[in-house]
Amino acid sequence: MHGPGRLARIEDAGWGALMLEWLLSWVTPLNVHLVLIVIIFNMLVLSAAFMVWMERKVCAYIQDRVGPNRVGVEGVLQPFADVIKLLMKEELRPKAADALLFVIAPVISATAAFAAFSVVPFGTELSLFGLLDQPIPLQVTDVNVAVLVIFAITSMGVYGIVLAGWSSNSKYSLLGGIRSSAQMISYELSYGLALAAVVMLAGSLSLREIVLNQSGTWFGFIPRWYVFLQPLGFLIYMTAGVAETNRAPFDFPEAEQELVAGYHTEYSSMSFALFFLAEYVNMVTVSAVAVSLYLGGWLGPILPDWLAWIWFLVKVFLLLFFYVWMRWTLPRYRYDQLMEFGWKWLLPVATLNLIATAALVLWME
Amino acid sequence: MTMEIFAFFVFAFIAIVASVIVIGQGNPMYSVMSLIGSFGALAGLYVLLDAPFTAVTQIIIYAGAIMVLFLFVVMLLNVPREEPLPPSPIVKILGPTGVKLGALLSALFAAEIVWALSRIGTGSFAEGQAESLSSVRNIGRALFTEHAFAFEATSVLILVAMVGAVVLARKEH
Amino acid sequence: MVPLNYYLVLSGILFAIGTTGVFLRRNLITVMLSIEIMLNAVNLTFVAVGRYIGTVDGQIITFFVMTVAAAEAAVGLAIVIALFRHRETLSPDAFTSLKW
Repeated sequence: MHGPGRLARIEDAGWGALMLEWLLSWVTPLNVHLVLIVIIFNMLVLSAAFMVWMERKVCAYIQDRVGPNRVGVEGVLQPFADVIKLLMKEELRPKAADALLFVIAPVISATAAFAAFSVVPFGTELSLFGLLDQPIPLQVTDVNVAVLVIFAITSMGVYGIVLAGWSSNSKYSLLGGIRSSAQMISYELSYGLALAAVVMLAGSLSLREIVLNQSGTWFGFIPRWYVFLQPLGFLIYMTAGVAETNRAPFDFPEAEQELVAGYHTEYSSMSFALFFLAEYVNMVTVSAVAVSLYLGGWLGPILPDWLAWIWFLVKVFLLLFFYVWMRWTLPRYRYDQLMEFGWKWLLPVATLNLIATAALVLWME
Repeated sequence: MTMEIFAFFVFAFIAIVASVIVIGQGNPMYSVMSLIGSFGALAGLYVLLDAPFTAVTQIIIYAGAIMVLFLFVVMLLNVPREEPLPPSPIVKILGPTGVKLGALLSALFAAEIVWALSRIGTGSFAEGQAESLSSVRNIGRALFTEHAFAFEATSVLILVAMVGAVVLARKEH
Repeated sequence: MVPLNYYLVLSGILFAIGTTGVFLRRNLITVMLSIEIMLNAVNLTFVAVGRYIGTVDGQIITFFVMTVAAAEAAVGLAIVIALFRHRETLSPDAFTSLKW
């Protein structure tokens, strides 16, 4: 950058071009990567806020009313008002609560929720219109055991809930915490088996490769998404995902009518906001992984490559809408029905799905 | 100091400190959580050793399943903080220095193991093959062809353990 | 590159810490946690030496060690629960009936 011809070039090109060149020298793959990570993190937090708004609006329209419409146009700023209210509340901690665990539990939940999103790909490799020498893929990192990483971090999320239930030292919290964590670890098995079936079809554990295996079409218009090869697997994955994130109809552990609020009864202000955030980000992660595994990730017909992440957002939005729709239309399962369903029904079906997929893969070779 | 050696020392430090906390302090809940931290540090070490599959399996099985089991048992039994050493004959002979003697012996043990292991010589790792070598494909292939019998025996072992655990923990009627 | 010694020394230290825990602690669950520390130290040795030699066998053995540790933890904890129901304490000194 600094060379003998510099002065000559300055006199030729002018200060504007010099500034531009200095700015562009900051565009290295490492810096772009760091900016990308910050953008992804902020998008996750904003998506949780968006989910709060969407949930209340969809719930309202399903129940034949209007929902939040005071704050901002059609209530769009409602989540921000909620966050400000939560921040202003007094931070309570019961005296008999175990101090360290009480404080750490929401941190574990939120950290696990965000960390699981780190291997989800949502676009092809960008080279920023040729500014970068090597294109960077649109994800935080691409590990070649990405599917297992998601599974591992999801299992760590159980700790946030069980520690919250235990350390609050109250009946409702403990019951809610134990039930919730037992449910999560039970449905993790079917979750893993559905993942294993997709991995068998794709032959790779890396999410980027799984998405790239779904490019192209059959007969020219049906995209080669795995949801068409594995419809049962998709249903199993979504069911297990809904149960993992403790959403209706599997949300007995936090059912308002039965358990006050389950494991987060004793939490207030920022800690409660962290649990809230963790639940919504978990939903977004489950939807994003389902889109990558079954619905073709960022692949879509019309948009050019560097805008393909718009397709990703559209598909994730559809799944999230499905999540919210399910919550406000279906009644919830009782806890023993829930556990029975998970072990006696979903797990054998997931195993059969795995065996059938194995047979299909062998037959196709 | 390269990034690798720095990362190694960070993970090693976390693992050792977490393990000392596990054996050193009284509250069993904190011991279990500290052990989870130690497992996380070990998973980081496995990644440094080009074994990502082992690292992720460690988190899934050890930190995600076995420790949840320990946590549930600790909560079920409402395990209290540890009582002090009851006066057994050994302690009457050695007095409160019995524990100090035990600590000294374990320090000697550690020193001996460390001395023995550091005499192996500064080996460096086989370069180059690692990336493709520890891919899940290779692990799976070796697991299901050469070690197929051990794999099947392990599934029988898990079945036996499951049945045994259910029978043993059942309440007497 | 991190030399092989470093991993082996770390594994030795962890193993010694685990053994200390097994001998010094008066709580059955902490004793079992110390056993898990020892098993992890051994896993680390296997993976490190496997990488050093250049085969994948180290990781395969680790896989089996983890499975055996899971089975042993499950049965061990079931035994601890049964013992606790009997004696209402978790100290190993309460279960000395077989000693002479």
